Amino acid sequence: MLAESLALSAVLFSIGAIGVLTRRNAIVIFMCVELMLNAVNLTFVALSKVYGMAGQVFVVFVMTVAAAEAAVGLAIIIAIFRHKQTVNLENINLLKG
Amino acid sequence: MPNFFYQVNFYLFGLIAIASSIAFVTRKSPVAAALWLVNTMFCLAALYIMLEAQFIGIIQVLVYAGAIMVVFLFVVMLLNLGQPTEIADIRGKWGKLAAAFLGLALLAQVAALSGKRMPEPFIPGTGYDAQAVRDLGAIGSVAQPLFNEYLLAFELTSILLLVAIVGAVVIGRRRRIDAR
Repeated sequence: MLAESLALSAVLFSIGAIGVLTRRNAIVIFMCVELMLNAVNLTFVALSKVYGMAGQVFVVFVMTVAAAEAAVGLAIIIAIFRHKQTVNLENINLLKG
Repeated sequence: MPNFFYQVNFYLFGLIAIASSIAFVTRKSPVAAALWLVNTMFCLAALYIMLEAQFIGIIQVLVYAGAIMVVFLFVVMLLNLGQPTEIADIRGKWGKLAAAFLGLALLAQVAALSGKRMPEPFIPGTGYDAQAVRDLGAIGSVAQPLFNEYLLAFELTSILLLVAIVGAVVIGRRRRIDAR
């Protein structure tokens, strides 16, 4: 089932990338990034049945990094919300120049 | 060749994962989107278990669906964003066109690659030792490389988590106006 897993992973990654490009809500964009990380995890797990258990070890690392990223990112979103009273990315353009 | 029941379940969970991820990117309400994403993660956990990565499947349910998504929903609740906003959340025509183009390009790359033969260094798959996995069990086969070859990386992730916790507290702290 290696080919099916890799195809499913590619489809999920594409859907996540489309979500990042089309949504404006910062929290939803963060969740789309989580979906892309999950798609990559599926690739690691599927290939670990061929290449050895290192793939599953890396999935553990990816989950740790995802947890750290979610904590810091949501703190940043809360800090921005205090300033702007919105999480809509159309209104957050301080660095646009 | 896996049996028929296995294949039917594999395709079933894969299709549910794709359907709920499409529902996830199209919902207007952040809460509904988060719940569809949780559904996608449950399907992926089932697929991990079917791919003989039982420990990863359990961690997926506990950490991703149980912890990370709860933090997301907690922030949605904290900022009172449960209702869809009056400004449309989905970007306009050009954003949709760019996203559709990107999605088609990514899928076209996959289709083009699937027709090709894999390059020689990627073909031989000899790293998977079924006997060792059977001896060590589902958790031991992950823990054995994690605490031997990858011990340094494992310790570094603990530092990463510490830095992330401190950073989240510092960034999220409300600054007192009369602090100085």
